[in-house]
Amino acid sequence: MSGPSLMDSLFQRSLEDIIKGLRQQLIGEQAFISKALEEIRKEIKSTDLSTKSTALLKLSYLSNLHFHDLSFAAFHALEVLSSPRFSHKKIAYHAISLSFHDSTPVLLLITNHLRKDLNSTNEFEVSLSLQCLSRIANVDLARDLTPEVFALLSSNKLYLRKRAVAVVLRVFEKYPDSVRVCFKRLVENLENSDPQILSAVVGVFSELACKDPRSYLPLAPEFYKILVDSKNNWISIKVLKIFSKLAPLEPRLAKRVVEPICDLLRNTGAKSLLFECIRTVVTSLSEYESAVRLAVGKVREFLVDEDPNLKYLGLQALRIVAEKHLWAVSENKEVVIKSLSDGDPNIKIESLRLVMAMVSEHNVSEISRVLVNYALKSDPVFCNEILGSILSTCSRNLYEIIVDFDWYVSLLGEMSRIPHCQTGEEIENQLIDIGLRVKDVRPELVRVARDLLIDPALLGNSFLHSVLSAAAWASGEYVEFSRNPLELMEALLQPRTSLLPSSIRTVYIQSAFKVLVFCLHTCFVRGGSIVASASLNNLPAGVSASVSYESFDEFSVENGADASVVHGQTCASAPITKESIVNLLNLVELALGPLLGSHDVEVQERARNLLGFIDLTKPEVLNSAVQEKDDSEGKGVETSKIIKLMHDAFSKELGPVSLSAQGKVSLPDGLKLKENLGDLEMICGDLEPPSSNAFSFGSSYEQKDGLSFSNLQIKEDSEQTNESTSLLAEHRKRHGLYYLPSGKSELVSNDYPPANDPILQGDIDDNADNLVKLTAESLVPKRKSNHGKPRPVVVKLDEVDEKHVAMKKPESRDDSLSGAVRDVLFGCEDVPPTLSQSNLSNKLSSKRKGKEKQHTDPHAESKENVIDDGNSSLRRKDRSHGKERRHRSPRKKNAEERKETNQKEKEKSRRHHGRHKSRQRAEEPLKVSAQTPVIPDFLL
Amino acid sequence: MGIRFILMVNKQGQTRLAQYYEWLTLEERRALEGEIVRKCLARNEQQCSFVEHRNYKIVYRRYASLFFLVGVDNEENELAILEFIHLLVETMDRHFGNVCELDIMFHLEKAHFMLEEMVMNGSVVETSKANILSPIQLMEKAS
Repeated sequence: MSGPSLMDSLFQRSLEDIIKGLRQQLIGEQAFISKALEEIRKEIKSTDLSTKSTALLKLSYLSNLHFHDLSFAAFHALEVLSSPRFSHKKIAYHAISLSFHDSTPVLLLITNHLRKDLNSTNEFEVSLSLQCLSRIANVDLARDLTPEVFALLSSNKLYLRKRAVAVVLRVFEKYPDSVRVCFKRLVENLENSDPQILSAVVGVFSELACKDPRSYLPLAPEFYKILVDSKNNWISIKVLKIFSKLAPLEPRLAKRVVEPICDLLRNTGAKSLLFECIRTVVTSLSEYESAVRLAVGKVREFLVDEDPNLKYLGLQALRIVAEKHLWAVSENKEVVIKSLSDGDPNIKIESLRLVMAMVSEHNVSEISRVLVNYALKSDPVFCNEILGSILSTCSRNLYEIIVDFDWYVSLLGEMSRIPHCQTGEEIENQLIDIGLRVKDVRPELVRVARDLLIDPALLGNSFLHSVLSAAAWASGEYVEFSRNPLELMEALLQPRTSLLPSSIRTVYIQSAFKVLVFCLHTCFVRGGSIVASASLNNLPAGVSASVSYESFDEFSVENGADASVVHGQTCASAPITKESIVNLLNLVELALGPLLGSHDVEVQERARNLLGFIDLTKPEVLNSAVQEKDDSEGKGVETSKIIKLMHDAFSKELGPVSLSAQGKVSLPDGLKLKENLGDLEMICGDLEPPSSNAFSFGSSYEQKDGLSFSNLQIKEDSEQTNESTSLLAEHRKRHGLYYLPSGKSELVSNDYPPANDPILQGDIDDNADNLVKLTAESLVPKRKSNHGKPRPVVVKLDEVDEKHVAMKKPESRDDSLSGAVRDVLFGCEDVPPTLSQSNLSNKLSSKRKGKEKQHTDPHAESKENVIDDGNSSLRRKDRSHGKERRHRSPRKKNAEERKETNQKEKEKSRRHHGRHKSRQRAEEPLKVSAQTPVIPDFLL
Repeated sequence: MGIRFILMVNKQGQTRLAQYYEWLTLEERRALEGEIVRKCLARNEQQCSFVEHRNYKIVYRRYASLFFLVGVDNEENELAILEFIHLLVETMDRHFGNVCELDIMFHLEKAHFMLEEMVMNGSVVETSKANILSPIQLMEKAS
């Protein structure tokens, strides 16, 4: 050995030195560590194995507790691993299990080391190697070391056998084909009487059964025996886990195990086992009323216990029971409600979940009342937890449990005023959603919105801004229900709105616009005079009325002649007088004037729109206000027309549109979507003038888009003015190819309502009625008659959406592991689930006759089958598996297709397995046909 | 896989032992440990020993200045894990004699070894103190 290396090892700092050093560093710990790491980097390159291993040990320590990368030492770890000394090996294995993972480059090099140690005579070396394998095994390692693990599964040293059993789980996961080799021995270990082995085996099966319980049904008799005989609580718990997975699949099995489990429930003193029994009963044996009663009785003991752990678990168990046996919760209602004010936030949340599970349409208002009171008193986190769960519970399935929407809307308003409320966005979504869906609630909605808007204090709370945005929108959109629009306007324009983010300010301005139009309309148009709706229809289609002021003027000039309308001087609704209108206009001008210079384009543009509108109407309004007597004609009438037009534009119903509405329009025969549309240019050329007209005044609709409704899209109906349709019709005649044939009837036949009825003049109520009529088939079917107040109609369009979501749910894929297990357990016979079940029941009944016989039974059968069918059994089995799966989850078409591809993949992998098989044949002295996945003889 | 990780953390939130049964990168581990320790150490004696975190359930218990935290998946029996923690502490106590934080600090590899005897691949394989300790005692005799 050379000098420096000897010096190195003599003066090398040990791990203990490092730890002591670290303890002395109050500050500068990082500096100390980096110095140590520097040393380690040097030492680990040493040729002396003890120096190297000490360095590795120090490095593992720093990696484990101080998050320092250990990967650079991967190769050095392998070098230490090759040391003959056990203490070196131990250090190396520790470092390797800490740092190696699937993408470690030197992973390939470890196989032989592991194999050597697995075959070692020193059982601790074997154990280290197994331990390491259980941590780092990848596909290659699992495949290459399967024979060694297989041999150890029946080692006569219990210590090793136990560990080999535990490793099998990882090997199976990584390399499913190993099931064919090892499964039989694993099952044999189930009958071992030694608790060490048994606990390991049962642990493995409980993990396996979690993933795919059905495959392990044939082993139920063995598990049953363990359940009845076991004296060890660890093992009993694991077996119970297995049964909680198996019992739902096989009713006869459930019937069989319910008694022993109840016995355990009654007699066990161990809380952990007791809890596992409770959990098994409430999750998997919930049809057995007496068992559930017994379990709920025990849950009650948990609930009233001093120990917070038991209380928490009791609540959790109760939540599982609640799904099927609500009485269990009602019986323990007081405890649950009391737990809402427990000192432990986890217990509080758990009891909140339970309370929410109790909610039904009968008690929703009382429970919400109680919860909102709790929320007021709670800390911010739990408060929002409460609010969030109220919101999500009440909105479930399109407000399924809400009967009294007036109440709910006012509750939403109340919730948003709770000081800690941070659920503004959800409240916003629901307010708008309800406004759109439930027509009857709109008056109340406007009232709630007004209360929110009018409170200047709320503007300072940034969490509430989104709620205010919804309130502003609702008050603008449904302003006709407002008792006092003028007050609303003041609220919308109050100075503190400057606190709002600009995106919400735009909503405020737009709503102010709507309110203003409504006021003007009420005062000048509706007030006694008859505006011939026809007169508007006569407007020449070519009038270009983009939002610029000039075009407004043009518009009025052109139409001045045929005006024959007298606008009224008596306002229908009391508060709106001409004077107040003038004040209103002044107020708007005053409030929005400064916004013309706003840096936010949206705010600026909307303010400009509104002010432009005022510019147009104000002179005439002032005029009439002064004169009081209506003798104006010409210009004045045009103004009223503008008002009328705006009002109509705004009062058009916004309907909900299903997300997948477009998809429902079937592709017409003649339509070629992929055709080159170059010649469309020419046609577009002469389409120009009408298209610009189609947007006249309709820009407001575009602006509303900015509101982002949760599930709704606003369908832009470009046919806003009927007059343009004539021109369009003409165009359609000429270029029929580019239009959907009879677009409207198409929509209806696809049974979803058009989002916007093209009726421009009809009043809003009519519109809504139509919508309701059209959606009649998709309305909520349940109308509870036992309520004094009938549940209002909730417009529902989302079935398609739900389906959409359902389809997205991940398929429970049969992975190759369970496939392999099934192959081994069921053999290659054509086993539909019923057959396997009858096998099982046979076994259960013949339990006492003799273990060996039952045990070999299915395998013997399968062997015969294999001999009979030979090759064809593979194909047939595949099909039956497919059928079985289809049985279990009848899903939508898409899913079906996916399954088929899945199956194809599976077939492919099976062929792949075949290849491995042939390789295995070389190693094992067995006759295994390469093409058929016959179970190897030693399994039978 | 039952148990996903086992941590021992002192009152100051320093990790004294970390054992993972699934692969996490150092950064993931650092983040996870930080979050869990913050969550669990903030809780008091009167509160229950279970915390939900991400997709884990954390079962923890405090012994003197050390917190034992075990991350399990949702299927696991919390009370059994509490018993497991107690068993672990008793085993270490028997080996070190009145075990304390320093014992674990200076004999980290032994603590790891005991854990490896008790847990493999995320499931508890050995629950007898004598069985857990016998290999360690043999090795100590040998060296």
